[in-house]
Amino acid sequence: MVATEIGLWGVPLAIVGGAIRVSTPFIFVSLGEAITERSGRINLGLEGMLVFGAMTAYAVAVMTASPWPGLLAAAAAGLCFGLFHGWICKFPGVNDIAIGIALMLFGSGLAFFFGKPYIQPSAPDLPAIPFGGWSDIPQVQAALNVNVLFLIGAALAVFLWWAFRNTRVGLILRVVGDSSDAARAMGLNPDTVRLVATGVGGALAGIGGAYLSLYYPGSWTERISSGQGLMAVALVIFARWNPLGCFAAALLFGGAGALGPALQSVGVTQGYYLFYAAPYILTLVIMIATSSPSRSLAGAPGELSITK
Amino acid sequence: MTERFMLSRRDLLKTSAAGAALGLASASFPISRAFAAAATVGFIYVGPKDDYGYNQAHAEGAATLKAIEGISVVEEENVPETVDVQKTMESMINLDGASLIFPTSFGYFDPHMLAMCAKFPDVQFRHCGGMWNKDKHPMNAGSYFGYIGMGQYLNGVVAGHTSKTKKLGFVAAKPIPQVLLNINSFLLGARSVDPAITCQVIFTGEWSLAIKEAEATNALVDQGADVITCHVDSPKVMVETAAGRGAFVCGYHANQSPLAPEKYLTGAEWNWAKVYKMFVDDLVAGTPLPNFTRGGLADGFVKMSPLGPAVSEAARKQFDGTLAEMMKGGFSVIKGPLKSNKGDVVATESQAFVETAIELESMDYLVEGVVGSTA
Repeated sequence: MVATEIGLWGVPLAIVGGAIRVSTPFIFVSLGEAITERSGRINLGLEGMLVFGAMTAYAVAVMTASPWPGLLAAAAAGLCFGLFHGWICKFPGVNDIAIGIALMLFGSGLAFFFGKPYIQPSAPDLPAIPFGGWSDIPQVQAALNVNVLFLIGAALAVFLWWAFRNTRVGLILRVVGDSSDAARAMGLNPDTVRLVATGVGGALAGIGGAYLSLYYPGSWTERISSGQGLMAVALVIFARWNPLGCFAAALLFGGAGALGPALQSVGVTQGYYLFYAAPYILTLVIMIATSSPSRSLAGAPGELSITK
Repeated sequence: MTERFMLSRRDLLKTSAAGAALGLASASFPISRAFAAAATVGFIYVGPKDDYGYNQAHAEGAATLKAIEGISVVEEENVPETVDVQKTMESMINLDGASLIFPTSFGYFDPHMLAMCAKFPDVQFRHCGGMWNKDKHPMNAGSYFGYIGMGQYLNGVVAGHTSKTKKLGFVAAKPIPQVLLNINSFLLGARSVDPAITCQVIFTGEWSLAIKEAEATNALVDQGADVITCHVDSPKVMVETAAGRGAFVCGYHANQSPLAPEKYLTGAEWNWAKVYKMFVDDLVAGTPLPNFTRGGLADGFVKMSPLGPAVSEAARKQFDGTLAEMMKGGFSVIKGPLKSNKGDVVATESQAFVETAIELESMDYLVEGVVGSTA
């Protein structure tokens, strides 16, 4: 390793690097939740699906000695949880938020139970693509080691943004989310659409979990998520149900999270608790600045239980 | 609706009364069993017991007790420092008949363990930490702890020899005296090799935050640190991240060498097996358990991981020499003349604080050469 001093340049570099490294689980979970919420349901259980996905991915990767079956297994596990949520919520009188919280606890608990034997072994990592080859500085090369899942997440955000507006499937999803009555009048079954949307959302959360355990920080422990699944659900509202907004918000959170350690590493050591709070302060400021007492949240699906 | 509610409440009262009676009946049961030849010992961990860190160190100690004839061990992990731990202790006493309980996490002591001490005066409680006070706390409670600062000093010696950039890194959780002593000891160990070495510290603010620990490690490597150690609950993330970036690591709490066999230099580990065996031997013999137990390297409470393959001959020699000196007892890491990194004198020319010195327990400074701040 050739180490060079990069001094203050370390801060912007850490923010860019951190945005790329840390944001991926946020991207997948928030895109998954955007799909689910656009169909008119809230799935708070994504935190549980993220943790369960992380455990499944790690366990399968250890057993098969390859990360890809792990990734698939995580997506499949998330899909099952999502379908379960979607199925149970179709019954009258069932509250989707309560079921989500139940699934969050259930998913985490189940992951801890099955994950016990996999805390110690090492699993193979998901591959990263080195985009930093043009630079001689090892720090830049390290920051620009971009995982394939980040690129897939970015592409997915653009695709969903386009698909919500321009495809039949996107239209169906939005109609169901905005008005069940209108959807039924069109001959659509809202329950089926929501079942699929919640299932897909769960699968994406599972992939987000796989990134945590198979790339960054790259190991399975019971504390791996530290609430990222819940934060990602909040990001969706922050991003106004817009997939591109979800992507940007995830980058923002990732980058802001890297700010505290990076500032300490260059010697700005006073008040680090305040820097750690930066992402949340930023969220508050943006939410306050864009809210209005005279209208409901722009872009909110009409069938959503929190805005109805 | 009202009627249904009334009914269910009546049911609830009935069941809880039955439950309370059952609880009372079983509460009297272990008292007859306490101090019998066959004893049950309970261990409570705040995190997973295979975290390559704090909890694993305790669990490894507990595991050695299982080999002792007539001793059965009950364990519960991931117990929060809330009223939950009281329930865990009650169930260990009432259901498993535990006569000695080790709540291993700092926050279990007050008010949770103290409440249980009052409720079960025949059960012995020993808490990991230094909080037991003869004047304030009951005699069936107690504290045990180890001085691990000299372990970090030895880590520093090896790090000082290994570092090429002369910059070390430290991922720390919170700026409390114990953590600060570890940081200072690590740097002073390295400065015993080369007085020009500095150590960059990053506080994550919490004992277990995987992503923040990984980010902190990356930031340290970005700033040129080439040997990194930590004081967080589970060093696993730091070890894997640092080794992945090509930096060397020194371990903490337990042996993390399987995670990075090439990059692991050495580590400061707890040796709780010795402490737990001591308590259990007393329990079996029927002698009163000590209330306040402490020790360091020389007492066998702390041990070092075997040196890794990257450790040079010169480093090995100084490591062995320093270790031998420490084992004699009376070694001081913090000794004058010494200044803090704010320029205040923390030890004058004639001052030397041995590891048991009470002054070290209120440490609120980082020594000269540590880049970082306590707030």
